[in-house]
Amino acid sequence: MTGPLRIGFIPLVDAAALIVAVDKGFAAAEGLEVELVREVSWSNVRDKLNIGLFDAAHLLAPVAIASSLGLGHVKVPIAAPFNLGINGNAITVSPALHAALMEEIDGDRFDPLATARALAKVVASRRKLGAEPLTFGMTFPFSTHNYQLRFWMAAAGVDPDEDVRLVVLPPPYMVDSLRSGHVDAFCVGAPWNSIAVDLGVGHILHFVSDILARAAEKVLAVRQVWADKNPDVVAALVRAAVKAAEFIESPENLSEAAQILAQPERLGVDAEVIQRSLTGRLKISPEGTVRESGRYLLVGREGAGRPDPVQAAWLCAQMVRWGQTALSTEALKTAMAVFRPDLYDAALGHSGEGQASAPVGAFAGPAFDPQDIAGYLTSFAVSRRAP
Amino acid sequence: MSADQSPKIVIVDESPVRAAILEEGLREAGFTEVVHIREMQSLLARIYAVDPDIILIDLENPSRDVLEAMFQVSRAVKRPIAMFVDQSDSASIQASVEAGVSAYIVDGLKKERIKPILDLCVSRFNAFAKLQEELERTKSQLEDRKIIEKAKGILMKVKGLTEDEAYVLLRSTAMREKKKIGEIAQSIITASEMLK
Repeated sequence: MTGPLRIGFIPLVDAAALIVAVDKGFAAAEGLEVELVREVSWSNVRDKLNIGLFDAAHLLAPVAIASSLGLGHVKVPIAAPFNLGINGNAITVSPALHAALMEEIDGDRFDPLATARALAKVVASRRKLGAEPLTFGMTFPFSTHNYQLRFWMAAAGVDPDEDVRLVVLPPPYMVDSLRSGHVDAFCVGAPWNSIAVDLGVGHILHFVSDILARAAEKVLAVRQVWADKNPDVVAALVRAAVKAAEFIESPENLSEAAQILAQPERLGVDAEVIQRSLTGRLKISPEGTVRESGRYLLVGREGAGRPDPVQAAWLCAQMVRWGQTALSTEALKTAMAVFRPDLYDAALGHSGEGQASAPVGAFAGPAFDPQDIAGYLTSFAVSRRAP
Repeated sequence: MSADQSPKIVIVDESPVRAAILEEGLREAGFTEVVHIREMQSLLARIYAVDPDIILIDLENPSRDVLEAMFQVSRAVKRPIAMFVDQSDSASIQASVEAGVSAYIVDGLKKERIKPILDLCVSRFNAFAKLQEELERTKSQLEDRKIIEKAKGILMKVKGLTEDEAYVLLRSTAMREKKKIGEIAQSIITASEMLK
């Protein structure tokens, strides 16, 4: 290797393990010199990784899979030796939509089936009035946010392509778009949901952990070819990220970790807001209601850092369900091969034996079985699956 | 679009200067239908209204992700849009990414028509970057000059030197310490402020 490693990231809380690995010296302790490069769009991160301007990147897990499958862009096989976060997203709605949903809700307001059914009623009554369809913002066509929003609303029969509008918005534009009425709701990672609540323009309706108990969010991504050529660097990167994740997950380090992330050249937002996401204690309404969840964002605990191919299979199933790709044994194999627990285990000197997958734990539909995606998908009424 | 018609080009750029440089270059090269969109909020609506053959966007513009969605949800657009650079064109994509330009091309536009446009964009983007660099350099040179003037004043006052002697002292110190004259001047100013 010559020169420092260049690693791209998007300013989001789930880049924590990567940023802390570099800024707290865990990467240097592994003999790595790293230059972190802040980026403005997932397209940029993907392109710069694909053509080698970046050695590694903080990447949306579905983008890593799409890139390996050649969906939406050039085909570049990606390897993910470390999982940068489990969960961490939230669905935020405008005060007007929140009031409408709470009026219609029958059941617990944190139960995603109850809110989705309320949404179906709001959608129906808007249609009757001839009002414009509701618009939902998400971050990228191949994003967990896209699939999570779709999964949630479709469970109550709301067709995400027919009954509402789903639009891509860069995360920094989300809050402004909600304020201006350009969107009625959005699904995005931290800290943007909290910022909308603080500004009084949004209510956090759901933590994504209400919808899926365990959802792979971002990965540390490298090109497959690069991983093959630089196994020692990959292993050192994984060890640095594992140590950083351990550091972040220790309660006594929370405020220091939040400070590191808050730096202007990293996330550039208030440390207190970042700390809320790390602790899972979030203000969910402008009036100050606080909700706490032990599953809001998992940086390293509960084995979050170890990539799980079953998660990749679930994301691949969503791509099939929403018509982004056709189901094939080959595609599924390629998708699952992006998540590399073997590289993770090798870096830590673990055998990897006895490591069971934790269930995805979706609130609707049958238990997910990567061996039978076709069967799994037939249980969902709303689908764009190519015939 | 018929073969001899000029393709309709949209430039999405928040920098009016760069957009102007690009637009001028395209017009000089005979591409007459060029529209500049600066407003990001209603980007998609504007693009649908113009219905371009080619969309050029600054790589540092977060709205790139919005464009990526356009060619995913082709049901929402009149024509599918694809990124120009295909698998075989990794040299082109590298050159354009390095220059900071990204191009989206409506499916069906011939490759030999696209190539000169993209090449032109890359060279114009590079020219703009160079211009920015020069501007920065001039600015820092001006800044240096101000600092040197101030340091000379301090030396003249404290050591009773003439202006020429003060400058010679600054320069010789800089040469001896292998530093820029501006840096030496700055340390004199800092030191004199500390000793106040």
